[in-house]
Amino acid sequence: MSRRVLIVIPVFNEAGYLGPVLRGLRRHAPGLDVLVVDDGSDDQSAAIAREEGALLVQHAYNAGYGVAIQTGLKYALRSGYRFALTFDGDGQHEPACVHALLGVCVSGRADLVIGSRYLPRGDSLPAAPYRGPLLRRLGSRFFGFLAGLFLGKKLTDPTSGFLAMNERAMRLYTADQFPDTYPDADAIVLAHRAGLRIEEIPVVMYPSPKGKRSMHGGALRPLRYVFDMLLSLGMIALRRGGEEE
Amino acid sequence: MTPRQRIASVAIAGAILIVVLELVRRRTLRIEYSWLWIAAVAGILALVLAYPVTLAITQWIGAVSSTTTIFIFAFVFLILICIHFSVKISELANQVKKLGQELALLRAEREEREEKAERGERGRVEDR
Repeated sequence: MSRRVLIVIPVFNEAGYLGPVLRGLRRHAPGLDVLVVDDGSDDQSAAIAREEGALLVQHAYNAGYGVAIQTGLKYALRSGYRFALTFDGDGQHEPACVHALLGVCVSGRADLVIGSRYLPRGDSLPAAPYRGPLLRRLGSRFFGFLAGLFLGKKLTDPTSGFLAMNERAMRLYTADQFPDTYPDADAIVLAHRAGLRIEEIPVVMYPSPKGKRSMHGGALRPLRYVFDMLLSLGMIALRRGGEEE
Repeated sequence: MTPRQRIASVAIAGAILIVVLELVRRRTLRIEYSWLWIAAVAGILALVLAYPVTLAITQWIGAVSSTTTIFIFAFVFLILICIHFSVKISELANQVKKLGQELALLRAEREEREEKAERGERGRVEDR
């Protein structure tokens, strides 16, 4: 499986957390290629990625999380990887769950596999009580409900960045219509409308490190996020299915 | 509309036209973006010179005076031009995003190739 899979880690000023993340991946997923997409960091993120032996792509400027994910997936497609996994660089995702996500994808059961922190976990996964702050949980429930209306099944963690995907999903995620501002529920609905099979499985996530600037943090960002996401979902609903691929 | 108002409107339209043409001549403004302003000038002139039409529009939209009609048209034009520029900015943002990604990927490709070549060179030196 190793030569066919690329783990994509978008980072922006995550020098403080990246080393342990890369070492954790090496321990739990040895042999899998890891690509760090440095999204215009002005700290030592890129140097750490190099030191730890990861592949590295560097944006000349900070283009945002979604664009960094897209760059990583473009790299995967160009280099001939058949599967990709997106993983946070701040230590929020448990590397022991990588194989569970990939397994579903590689077996051909789904084109896009979402790691959910809200689904009940099996005994084999490490215990972690983290389920996110209340506002995030409410947002997840709301957008999970909306996305579920499109998907026709329950979606518990639409904001998860812990994803595994096959080539077909990678092509959609690197297409022009990919919602790269906040690729969450809208990207999942887009994938569903493009005919991709989507599955959610339980994973372990940890709290965001203290002092780290979150994509959804701050006073106005959550409002902006809700507005953008509603608009994005509305637009996807208005477009015909054929326009998505 | 008094003759003085007409003269002032025509003078403003003429001044805008001269500024726009001068910017195009200096290549500060691209031709593809100048037509909007030239259309605005043509609109002002049409409203001022075809006064009966302006009066009819004024009555139709329920404005108090013909100068209000001209202001409304100017306001609508400004909104349209803002939408036009928002579209252009979105296009440019997408282009910059793609260029940024392409640059990053090409740089990574070059670095990987250089690293491979360096490793090969080192191997050859060690073999000797």
